Amino acid sequence: MAGGIAVMPDVRVATDAVIDARGVSLTFATADGPVHALKDVDLSIGRGEFVSFIGPSGCGKTTFLRCVAALETPTAGVLRVNGMDPDAARRARAYGYVFQAAGLYPWRTIARNIALPLEIMGFPKAEQDARVARVLKLVELEAFGGKFPWQLSGGMQQRASIARALAFDADILLMDEPFGALDEIVRDRLNEEVLALWGRTGKTILFVTHSIPEAVYLSTKIVVMSPRPGRITDVIDSPLPRERPLDIRDSREFLEIAHRVREGLRAGHAYEV
Amino acid sequence: MNGAVSRVLPVLAVLGAIVVLWYAGSVALNARLTLVTAERQGVELTLAQVVADTMVQDRPRLPAPHQVAVALWDGIVGEPPLSKRSLVYHGLMTLQSTATGFLMGVLVGILLAVGVVYSRVMDLSVMPWAVISQTIPIVALAPMIVVLSNSLGLGEAVGVENRLVSKTLIAAYLSFFPVLVGMVTGLRSPDAMQTDLLRTYSATGAQAFWTLRLPASVPYLFASLKVAVAAALVGAIVGELPTGAVEGLGARMLVASQFGQPLLMWASLFASAILAGGLILAVGGIERVALRRMGARE
Repeated sequence: MAGGIAVMPDVRVATDAVIDARGVSLTFATADGPVHALKDVDLSIGRGEFVSFIGPSGCGKTTFLRCVAALETPTAGVLRVNGMDPDAARRARAYGYVFQAAGLYPWRTIARNIALPLEIMGFPKAEQDARVARVLKLVELEAFGGKFPWQLSGGMQQRASIARALAFDADILLMDEPFGALDEIVRDRLNEEVLALWGRTGKTILFVTHSIPEAVYLSTKIVVMSPRPGRITDVIDSPLPRERPLDIRDSREFLEIAHRVREGLRAGHAYEV
Repeated sequence: MNGAVSRVLPVLAVLGAIVVLWYAGSVALNARLTLVTAERQGVELTLAQVVADTMVQDRPRLPAPHQVAVALWDGIVGEPPLSKRSLVYHGLMTLQSTATGFLMGVLVGILLAVGVVYSRVMDLSVMPWAVISQTIPIVALAPMIVVLSNSLGLGEAVGVENRLVSKTLIAAYLSFFPVLVGMVTGLRSPDAMQTDLLRTYSATGAQAFWTLRLPASVPYLFASLKVAVAAALVGAIVGELPTGAVEGLGARMLVASQFGQPLLMWASLFASAILAGGLILAVGGIERVALRRMGARE
């Protein structure tokens, strides 16, 4: 094993676990028989961690995120979010969800888009305005609150959708390939910004990605998954410091972790198409 | 400026072609009467005289465009607007039931669409019948609606003339359908990601309706409204035909055809075309304002 990388063979049973999954499985019944989207997933995520889920299509990384969000219900196992079942956690506003597409309402201005969850959750108008102003500043879109989504670039739209997920102060940020549709340059920039945001807010972030460099650059923990059935093949605790300039990606440590991720994917037959 | 010219030019070209064909048609169709009359009077006519005569007949088979224009002009500005000979008066009568029927149809269409989108039972029961309702020829249905609303005394019930009620009902009957179809599509247009997003906020069904489904359906609604308003006008005019032909552009057309006044018939026809154009422009204007306020791209 490469030096400096801690191996995590067993599931940590932390008392401060924000996400705690034990034997979580999800089987979809389809016309072609059952599909095992998730099988026996054990995972514990502590407060303030940045966890990336990486793996090929069909490995269940998005499904796991959706289970945490109570958008899907596991067919077996126990899943706890902030010590609650996912449904209760959602009602307690435990998480904000960022989808692959920004999904801003075209008929609302950026500010009104960010206010959408606040309206639905019944925040008073004055507090809505204050919160919108605060998160707009957080994602550096102060000047764009009055613009409509089509007037913003794709990267800016995705930043607005992150602001929307942050507006109601959830502790957990669930991000499902949020930068998958953006070009490499914009993506690098947003990766830096997400790291900075994570540093400032101390949120727990679950981040689904296809990209090895993105996963290694961002995470304190990398969960490598493989398909058929969707399962975890490796969990890597990153030794990289929390402060990460972009050029850390040329360091030996970085390349070693990336190598181990690739090995994990290979072991899970991820490269066999 | 250049853009405006390039948009207007094709329209004018087509209009010009229609006018030319129309004059040719007038000459061809009306020449026989001119020749028969001349023969009876024992007069020899030159070609120019024949052509000139085809355009000044009182009861031409196909009036020339300028004759229709004059009749239209006389009907609109040549009479006091509230005189029974004024096309403005009859246009207003038709507009009244068109507008009332249109609003009723829009309301019914939207309510049915909400029902269809939210209730599986309504989806299975309403949609097929809505489609079937539109396959019945309205000219066959209109007299029955007139008879039924008369004998049920619907007019007295709401304090207006029975004639008005049946016209309005027929206009509503024709205009609810495009609204229903458009709104069902529009209310269903938000994708899974957008509904998932609202679920992550634990939004209620009512919140999802008001914040997502209804605003998302607005562009579809306006597309339907333009069809519906034209259909409502057709409905109102058809509804005027079997009602004893007293008021409205439809009544004017019926009177003109029964009493052999082709100029009046054509003038009424054009008056209703102008009314239809005005209604569609009005809906289009409201659409532009509404969509601009909803952040539509210019």
